[in-house]
Amino acid sequence: MTLLGVRNLRVHFPTEEGLVKAVNTVDLEMKGREKLGLIGETGCGKTVLGMCIMRLLQPNTEVAGEIWYKGRDLLRLSEGEMRKVRGREIAMILQNPATSLNPVLRVGEQIAEAIRLHQGLDKRTAWARAVEELEAVKIASAEERAKEYPHQFSGGMQERAMIAMGLACDPALIIADEPTKGLDVKIKMQVVRLLKEVVREKAMLFITHDLGAAAEICDRIAVMYAGEIVECAETSEIFRNPLHPYTQGFLNSLPNRGLKPIPGVSPSLIDIPSGCRFHQRCDCATEICEEEHSEMVEVKEGHFVRCFLFGEKDA
Amino acid sequence: MADFVSQFRENRTALVGAAVILLLVLVAIFAPQLAPHNPIKASLGDRLSAPSEKYPLGTDHLGRCVLSRLLYGARISLAVGVVVVGVAAAVGVALGIISGFYGGVLDEIIMRLVDAMLAFPSIFLALAIAGTLGPGLGNVMIAIIVVEWTRYARVMRGSILSVKENYYVEAARALGASDFYVVTQHILPNAIAPIIVVATLGMAPVILAATSLSFLGLGVQPPTPEWGMMLNDGRLFMRRAPHLTTFPGVAIMITILAFNLLGDGLRDALDPRARTEKELR
Amino acid sequence: MLNYILKRIILLAPILLLVSLITFSILYIIPGDPAETILTGPGGAADPKAVEEFRVKMGLDRPLHIQYLKWLNNVLHGNFGYSYMTEQPVLDPILPAFRATLKLAVASMILSLLISIPVGIISAIKQYSLIDNLSMTGALLGVSMPNFWQGLLLILLFAVYLGWFPVAGYGENGDFEHLVLPAITLGTSSAAITTRLMRSSMLETIRQDYIQAARAKGLSERVVIGKHALKNALIPVVTVAGLNFGYLLDGSVVVETIFAWPGIGKLMVGSIYMRDYPMIQGCILFVALVYVAVNLVVDILYTFLDPRIRYETKAKAK
Repeated sequence: MTLLGVRNLRVHFPTEEGLVKAVNTVDLEMKGREKLGLIGETGCGKTVLGMCIMRLLQPNTEVAGEIWYKGRDLLRLSEGEMRKVRGREIAMILQNPATSLNPVLRVGEQIAEAIRLHQGLDKRTAWARAVEELEAVKIASAEERAKEYPHQFSGGMQERAMIAMGLACDPALIIADEPTKGLDVKIKMQVVRLLKEVVREKAMLFITHDLGAAAEICDRIAVMYAGEIVECAETSEIFRNPLHPYTQGFLNSLPNRGLKPIPGVSPSLIDIPSGCRFHQRCDCATEICEEEHSEMVEVKEGHFVRCFLFGEKDA
Repeated sequence: MADFVSQFRENRTALVGAAVILLLVLVAIFAPQLAPHNPIKASLGDRLSAPSEKYPLGTDHLGRCVLSRLLYGARISLAVGVVVVGVAAAVGVALGIISGFYGGVLDEIIMRLVDAMLAFPSIFLALAIAGTLGPGLGNVMIAIIVVEWTRYARVMRGSILSVKENYYVEAARALGASDFYVVTQHILPNAIAPIIVVATLGMAPVILAATSLSFLGLGVQPPTPEWGMMLNDGRLFMRRAPHLTTFPGVAIMITILAFNLLGDGLRDALDPRARTEKELR
Repeated sequence: MLNYILKRIILLAPILLLVSLITFSILYIIPGDPAETILTGPGGAADPKAVEEFRVKMGLDRPLHIQYLKWLNNVLHGNFGYSYMTEQPVLDPILPAFRATLKLAVASMILSLLISIPVGIISAIKQYSLIDNLSMTGALLGVSMPNFWQGLLLILLFAVYLGWFPVAGYGENGDFEHLVLPAITLGTSSAAITTRLMRSSMLETIRQDYIQAARAKGLSERVVIGKHALKNALIPVVTVAGLNFGYLLDGSVVVETIFAWPGIGKLMVGSIYMRDYPMIQGCILFVALVYVAVNLVVDILYTFLDPRIRYETKAKAK
């Protein structure tokens, strides 16, 4: 059963340099308890997509399309209804815990306030629940730690606190934005393992550029490039049989696969190349790639790719 | 630098400030040509008259033309501003250079002195000094210089400390350049922009302090026209001649406003991020 | 905490010493001989014998450093000197005058915060809106308007024309109706500065990630701004509270003079007219000590407000 369905989503926002076309006709499906990895380089629009689902973008952002969650289009909810979704139904773990935790509020309070709000608990009970949440993310002596301020936490602990904050009201869907960014390898593994454990009963949209972490956690992986999804398949399939040249390049840039970077730089979201967005950096590009924009093609069951190399095969 | 100029050009309010200041300077220079009357000539028959064709802004308690006095008053306020800021900046820059460049005991002494000066509310200290020295424009200027130099010393010291880290200063020293050479050729050119901003922003408080002290009777002595003193004179005739409490105040406010606009614009053009910190300084 | 406060006080010692030196030297910038200057009345030159007597009585005949040490010793024992006019201890009039100033300053500060915090917040969250433009224009005019002129305009409008408030004075004991106009004069000009600060601080704060994080929890905008943003945005405002108090003290000089408010500013101006140098000295020293103390308190308060400030690093930065 579909939990989250993103249909034809387009997100553009004006900046001084020009209109940023951050998300362009994105479609995504997520079932209950499914873990979907959203992979892409920095600046490909994946964070904007996450923020758009939460409806936390600037008011001047132009959003078109539909975001269906449990039978309701989130884009059509009033702000008041949306507030009841945030934190309670869908929780987002923002990137950069060091800046996403409020420096002047105690960590426990930052978890407890959401509990008080959504579950109507009194101060004391909510605080006790917040301490439990901190214990659940394996923070030692949680009772004392809850009374501390974010700057007293290490980077890994801050990330755990962010996770605890996200889990506090038992949401059905978690959007985790780069939760492993900036952590050293050992801490990163701990966070990945923790995340895998705590979201077992939930769905999660795992936004990352870390393929290794995504492989560890996710059932399916969607690869994003220049504001659109270029390939989507089950995790094992993506690793075994990557089809889109960008996905292949991305995989080949991994340390254990030769560390070969993709030539060129990812395009600016203001001047998106015509045709296939990847054609300038693609070894297999042909004339058609420069001019026309490929549709998403289901190459085999559950494996979608947006590339003429495969579209033609079917046609 | 080109970036700085274009940043500044975009700031319209700052341009307005600059234009008003230019206008004030012209008024000050051409006061004799512009003034319809002799600013110090009493004409007791026309005492406290309201604005009229003959006296566009009315007359004061001695029948002197308020407009003429305001025009001449611009000379005093601007001159006080320029001289005080100039001397205070020169003293502050010199002490800031000594402090930042040589460090050590000299730095310690100068910075503690700055701290001690800042331990006094500035108008109180200026008032005490001007009051003790006795009435007179020169004494008022000395008093304000004494409290104003600290801001330049701090800024100068700060920029020297950051410039000093730069390799070319080290390189120049390694080549055996004299201290004087290093300071004038390498350090000053790099540290001068913030000083200009601080000096522009420093004009408003200086003019304000000078008019305040004149208002209290410590600045220029009659019959020289000065805005603060004119306001003080007008106080006694508030009911009969409200124009005497209005126009000099407008003149002061326009001047202060123009310098604030220009200073804010310069600062933003130079360092758009430094907004919060300075707001009270 | 106690350690931190002690450390701050110890660091203040050299500054206080310099403050006392500066204050002491004010007496020695009098043009000519103080005794002669003081005793020279409108009737002409003073009687040399009287000058000599005065000098001995006031201790002006001793070497400078002895005079300083004696003066410092007296100050440390709570004796700020004797007025040349009344020959009474200068602290006798200073203390009640300061009470009046404090009353005015506190009223102005409260008014200033009541205006600047809400206006600054609204301006920031509705950046570039009509209300923001209006309040920023108002703040700019307020910053540029000299206190003494604003005071005169208020008197003209509310006392002379409308007659709602007395023109000037203190009433029995700084009565409310006497307090209103001077407090508005001082409070609004301080509010002009604080509003700009509050706005820029709030603008900075609402761009932070933790504000988005707070929204992501489903908190209402009221809680996001009123709790998460405000607590952070107030920190710079508290940081400059000491400076702000100094600004109010400075303003009290002209405002008290205009409104005949018997505070320390008016006392100081009065003693300048009377050439009562010990009184000038006493006033300036007292004001400096209060100002230093207020700044110390603000610093301590600040550490309570911002948990990130480690006491050690703060002490080092000073």
